[in-house]
Amino acid sequence: MFNLVVICILLLVGLVFGKMAEKKHLKSIIKRENQLNALPAIASRYPPSGDNVGPYRQLLVTGNVVIASDYFKTFLSGLINIFGGRVTPFESLLDRARREAMLRMKASADAVNAEFVFNVKYQTATIQQKGSGAIEVLAYGTALIPERR
Amino acid sequence: MLISNLEFLPDRKVVRHIGLVQGSSVRSKHVGRDMMAGLKNIFGGELKGYTELLHDSRVEATERMKEQAASIGANAVLNVRFSTSSIAAGAAEIFVYGTAVELADHV
Repeated sequence: MFNLVVICILLLVGLVFGKMAEKKHLKSIIKRENQLNALPAIASRYPPSGDNVGPYRQLLVTGNVVIASDYFKTFLSGLINIFGGRVTPFESLLDRARREAMLRMKASADAVNAEFVFNVKYQTATIQQKGSGAIEVLAYGTALIPERR
Repeated sequence: MLISNLEFLPDRKVVRHIGLVQGSSVRSKHVGRDMMAGLKNIFGGELKGYTELLHDSRVEATERMKEQAASIGANAVLNVRFSTSSIAAGAAEIFVYGTAVELADHV
């Protein structure tokens, strides 16, 4: 009985705080995405060609983030695992992590006055912990920095 | 030492291909951090300690790769890839690899 109460409290705490954290995070992601919109990051392997591409130097830029799932999400995904189907609680978690990693990569490109990031690659790993998990997403790409000679 | 995830550089010529170079780093946080992370698993949110940890080990792995590349006479590493695997609770291995090459000087 006592265990059940503890689990219920943990679920409630996870639900409330997890939702709050997610909302707050998404809000800040959208805000920063708008700020960095002028800096394109694309997956193309080749730099853009054209007359306006002048001399530049290039730099490998990275951005990473580790995000933990909350107790409610973990519990819910356990339930979904029984019946199968889309694990939506983790989908939103991964979405946030990817966007955050991309934003950090863009921010570090912006910090060196890059105009463009290409050959962007994502890499995801689970950082294992007892019981539930946290994920790490790394985004990396080549930043083009215009150079005046 | 130039590090890039491009397969070639548009304005530099590769004079010599030397081969694969790699660097790795395994790190873990102290127990206190792990406990904090365990708490975060209830509330959800970013694990800043782990973010830093993985970033630092990536920097270290890249440094090791650079050292190896320099020791065999390369001046650049191209087509660099990152890989991560968790090998135990709270410890992760970061692996960086790429092709060591010798580039011609700027045209």
